[in-house]
Amino acid sequence: MSPVEPLERNAIISGVGQSAVGRRLGRSDIDLTVEACLDAIADAGLERDDIDGLATYPGMGLGGGGFAGPGTPEVQDALRLKLNWHDGGGEGPGQIRAVFAACLAVAGGLARHVLVYRTVTESSAQGSGGRQGIGGAGSGGGRGGGVPRMGGFMQWTLPFGAVSAANWLALVAQRRMYEFGLTREQLAQVPLNARRNAALNPKAVYRDPLSLDDYLAARMISTPLCLFDCDAPCDGSTVVVVSHRDYASDAPHGVAHVNAIGTALRGRPSWDQFEDMTQMAARDAGASMWERTDLEPSDVELAQLYDGFSILSLVWLEALGFCGRGESGAFVEDGKRIALDGPLPLNTAGGQLSGGRLHGFGLLHEACVQMRGTAGARQVITSAGGPPAVVVVANGGGPIAGAMLLTNETD
Amino acid sequence: MTADGPPFRILPRLDQDNTFFWKSGADGKLRFLRCSDCGRFVHPPSPVCPDCLGSDLKPEVVSGRGTVVSFTVNHQQWMLGGEHYVIAWVAIDEQPDVRLTTNLAAVDEDDVEIGMPVEVVFEEAGDVYLPLFTPVDRHRRRAEHPGDGSALGGGRSTLGGGSALGGGGSA
Repeated sequence: MSPVEPLERNAIISGVGQSAVGRRLGRSDIDLTVEACLDAIADAGLERDDIDGLATYPGMGLGGGGFAGPGTPEVQDALRLKLNWHDGGGEGPGQIRAVFAACLAVAGGLARHVLVYRTVTESSAQGSGGRQGIGGAGSGGGRGGGVPRMGGFMQWTLPFGAVSAANWLALVAQRRMYEFGLTREQLAQVPLNARRNAALNPKAVYRDPLSLDDYLAARMISTPLCLFDCDAPCDGSTVVVVSHRDYASDAPHGVAHVNAIGTALRGRPSWDQFEDMTQMAARDAGASMWERTDLEPSDVELAQLYDGFSILSLVWLEALGFCGRGESGAFVEDGKRIALDGPLPLNTAGGQLSGGRLHGFGLLHEACVQMRGTAGARQVITSAGGPPAVVVVANGGGPIAGAMLLTNETD
Repeated sequence: MTADGPPFRILPRLDQDNTFFWKSGADGKLRFLRCSDCGRFVHPPSPVCPDCLGSDLKPEVVSGRGTVVSFTVNHQQWMLGGEHYVIAWVAIDEQPDVRLTTNLAAVDEDDVEIGMPVEVVFEEAGDVYLPLFTPVDRHRRRAEHPGDGSALGGGRSTLGGGSALGGGGSA
């Protein structure tokens, strides 16, 4: 463990909030965000004027098509917040970077209660033809003769029709099939598990039963990834309140203590030049999280692992040490180990594959709800007879990765 | 035969660092930056060598040969009119940690496999030459180009020539 006391351990999640979630809600991003913010403030037992920090990922000007959500100035002004600290942006260790920043802000005394939000309206944007298959983070388009031209990373992929993370991650999945013998039947366990859990989540966007035969018969997007390996664009806003831990005993609905965060990126920050073609930034984020705690993978009772594409959850299972490199396919085989009543329940609200692409924050929200024991029909009961006490949340794919360990007590 | 790429190619925006790469195919040769001090190939282009931090990097011609280290057949119509096409990662022979995301040209998607040897062919597109790769027919190349490492496709818009190679990928 790090010789320096992990500062993030001074932070708790004191409240959670979420707007309506669904396909093509037809509401603006600021509307959804305000709904979720007010929900979270009340949940934390706070008043609007108690909030003195605000953070988001990514916010202003980053990607069109309902991807970015409103910037912090828009949310601050809508709620007339008096802020001591604020932060937004798309660079950093995963979507959850905004939560990490808030943890360090409360630990450093810059703020006491920080609203951290992530809002997407990608489903409505898609419905109006506005969501693009290309673009998003880190591209930097340009125009010449009416034809868009790309700089940055995307210049190396877009000319070849590798326009989506579906293509970029399909290459990783194919490599895993070659090196590790990963099968489609194994990969299917991630979306099948998600769909089973989504059936127990009234807010999930896809709740109808999904069978292995349905999966194997689905149309391909980019081999070996099929339709059900890709998450479901949705509209929704998710908010957590990050507070200093000295507020823990005052929070009315229980808190999640931040035990450690994982932020490292030691390999190349690239979708196609990472040294090990089967791994990605998750490897480093996972390792660095465990370097900051005495807890171990065997202590974890619930995993909320990013599933923008099914293959990412498998990468995270290895990155976080739940199994060895290349062993995640066998780990999830038959689905029992990751089921609600298994030893490591995974993505219990349906993840992004069936719950909806709330872009990382939906997974964090579900982690907090489960730790409180208020997840209803999908509540995880551990072997000790209670709700999960040690939970890991991971966000991101490719060069984007952040991981977080939550516990039900301070140390 | 599977399509050589998407129906519409979004092109790179040229700047002072990448122009040599995207125009390299004008003479049928593939080039990467190479460190004059330690000999390392560097990609994407960078002002310094990531190993020795030397700053004397120059474009250098490579053989154009490489290996498919992963691939995917795209089925999704990201844009209108798309057919299946093969996206691959190709590691270059000179230094396998230099990889290109590219298309496999003149190939049947069912014949593609990891480990397949390939060589560059260029597709002229606007003011750039996109490096695609096509399976190497080892026997034919040995017969026609003994000891010659030059790419078969040399020259512009070589896809027609590439298709004459046939789908020899699993040969």
